[in-house]
Amino acid sequence: MSEPSSDAAVGADAAGGVAWDRAALGLADSGPPRFESVPGVRRDLASIGYLADEGIASVVYLADRLAKPVLVEGPAGTGKTQLAKSVAELTGSRLIRLQCYEGLDESKALYEWNYRKQLLRIQAQQVEEAEPSVAGARTPRWKELEEDIFSEDFLLTRPLLEAIRAQEPVVLLVDEVDRVELETEALLLEVLSEYQVSIPELGTVRATRLPMVFLTSNNTRELSEALKRRCLYLHIDYPELDREREIVSARVPGITTELADQVARIVRSLRTLELRKPPSVSETLDWARTLVVLGVESIDATGARDTLNILLKYQTDIERAAKELLSAEA
Amino acid sequence: MLDLLTGFVAELRRAGLPVSLTEHLDAAEAVHHIPLEDRDALKYALGATLVKSATHWRAFEMAFEIYFATRHPGTGEAGEGEVGDGRSTEAAGEAAGAAGAPGQRRGGGGGQGISAEELAELLFRAMQRDDPGLTALGARYAVDRYAGMEPGRPVGGTYYLYRTLRNLDLDRLLERLLADAGAAQGSGTALTPLEERLAGDEYRARIDRLRRAIETEIRRRLVMDRGAEALARSVRKPLPEDVDVMHATRDELAELHRTLHPLSRKLAVRLARKRRHGRRGPLDFRATVRHSLSTGGVPVDPRFRHPRPSKPEIFVIADISGSVASFARFTLHLVYAISSQFSKVRSFVFVDGIDEVTRFFEGADDPAQAVHRINTEADVIWVDGHSDYGHALSVFHQRWGAEVTSRTSVLVLGDARNNYHASEAWVLDDLQRTARHVYWLNPEPRDYWGSGDSIIDEYAVHCDDVVECRTLRQLERFVGDLA
Repeated sequence: MSEPSSDAAVGADAAGGVAWDRAALGLADSGPPRFESVPGVRRDLASIGYLADEGIASVVYLADRLAKPVLVEGPAGTGKTQLAKSVAELTGSRLIRLQCYEGLDESKALYEWNYRKQLLRIQAQQVEEAEPSVAGARTPRWKELEEDIFSEDFLLTRPLLEAIRAQEPVVLLVDEVDRVELETEALLLEVLSEYQVSIPELGTVRATRLPMVFLTSNNTRELSEALKRRCLYLHIDYPELDREREIVSARVPGITTELADQVARIVRSLRTLELRKPPSVSETLDWARTLVVLGVESIDATGARDTLNILLKYQTDIERAAKELLSAEA
Repeated sequence: MLDLLTGFVAELRRAGLPVSLTEHLDAAEAVHHIPLEDRDALKYALGATLVKSATHWRAFEMAFEIYFATRHPGTGEAGEGEVGDGRSTEAAGEAAGAAGAPGQRRGGGGGQGISAEELAELLFRAMQRDDPGLTALGARYAVDRYAGMEPGRPVGGTYYLYRTLRNLDLDRLLERLLADAGAAQGSGTALTPLEERLAGDEYRARIDRLRRAIETEIRRRLVMDRGAEALARSVRKPLPEDVDVMHATRDELAELHRTLHPLSRKLAVRLARKRRHGRRGPLDFRATVRHSLSTGGVPVDPRFRHPRPSKPEIFVIADISGSVASFARFTLHLVYAISSQFSKVRSFVFVDGIDEVTRFFEGADDPAQAVHRINTEADVIWVDGHSDYGHALSVFHQRWGAEVTSRTSVLVLGDARNNYHASEAWVLDDLQRTARHVYWLNPEPRDYWGSGDSIIDEYAVHCDDVVECRTLRQLERFVGDLA
């Protein structure tokens, strides 16, 4: 509301253009915009305990306005998956999650024909035919049967199709998309750009309501250009000191401000060391929770050394951190 | 706005970022949804639509700052820095007052008049209080005072930055901050090492912010002086994966190191996958029949045995003389990072003598550490410490030649600049006869091969392939093909 009027006019204009484009393409409408403004996204996310920075909030806002999927990359444990969950919670949508793994294929991601049921159906048919009272031309029967066994009754929906067909608002989370092979990525493309799924026997299923889509990647391989092009890109890195402190305060019940501050500062210092695996946000939170449970009020060198194994997962890292940070005590 | 965006996209493409037409259109649409006066939001909107890789973010940020720096009303006020508008002078007055010198600078026309001590005091306060406004102001004064910028000079700003930083002496500022933190704690009790370390990191981060503020300030002035496009051309840097390893600056090398780790991980994952899926084994009859039970005995889903491909052995022979050291380091790094893909990796380094360094990598789980030990401990000097490929190769042949088998791939890394010693190319010839492959990786541009004392051509005839390997991208491709 603080926008000057000229900008507001531009915005309205653009929104009109977009709606028209979408109608021309035969795409479903995404419904009323979910978010008011970028600061609004930030505030709303904060209210349910997800502290987004400016970048995250901007991209989530844009994803809604442009109706585009978001590809989230970044080190493990920085809240990529949590972002999708929080957005789902915020918008009151159902979260549909597709966990990717090597060897994921069409039948696990999109849809599958329930062939056991189909087999049963055919066998039942044969039994009927065996009865003398039922006699007729074979061909029309087969035709009937074919239409019958390839109807929706025999279709098993998998996450992608489910998200497309959902009548209620949904958030689709495609987790760790870098785990599937390059070829399998192609499965996603139709869903991501057109929000539709083509089933040869049934035709094309279009989304009635555009879902919000999040893809996460741990960057173990380069994703294809085609996939990246269709997405907004968001890189979530380790948070800044202030934000980490706020995250710790918000997610760890019963922590004092001083302890949260200390935790955040120690973790920041650890990340500047050259470690094999720097502590992530989730590990920071685990650590903070442990400290609270142990009743620690202020971290000293011995306390830190005893609990360092929660923060760091390699022995060499632990030794190194102890040496760098706490050495003079030894 | 659209024109500006088009220029910006063109600049990104010139910097080497792959920006497609669709992405350009997305960016144009995204801009409509963002209030234009919010510069950060604009930046993230453009970033999300145009940049699709974290390693490209830096290049994007640089271009963004150049193209969208002065046009923004929020920073426009800084444009009149020389004249000194009300706000900044007031803040200066306050800061100077805090520094113990009453505000005689009020209306005195920006930072020109502020003395070195006052500036130091101002920065000290800014750092201590972690006040962004004061930091920006300090940066502006520092640039005024020390950079000595001359309009119209076609430089990229690193020179000005260097001059400013040298005069500011940030190390001393840090020391002073630390001393001050110690004093604030109470003169009796000293800080524990942990507290000291944390305070140090905090101040270091703040000073880093100051440095960035100064950099931004310089860049902003350069844009005003020469226009965005001209400046963009002079500050454009290659993306990390395209940096020429041999001629990388220290910062670029650091950047390369950061890229190297994820790169080697990616490579390892890809190779492992390729190995698993590259070939299908023979039909596994038992498993197929067992599996067909769920489909009423119809073998719908045939099962195959897992293939067991043989893994190659690798012998790396690397020149680590000064001229190509950084290249050898990267290659060793990468080879060891994916050593699980080979049944055995042995490495040898030479200058004019040669030494096996495999032992340094065994047990060390951080290749960087091992490489460091190689540089300090390996015995590679025979006479004078100038590369002698001939001698190194013949010693290799004599001592380890018998261990090269038909499963071994030999990689030689080096520029083949032999200081006019004998080439002893027969060694490679002999190796090629027994080994599976002999490859030579040359970090020099192909055009330089064979010039001066380079005798790559003499060796090339005995190699299966000689590969130009100047950037991480080329190196990655080669290692990927190898395994």
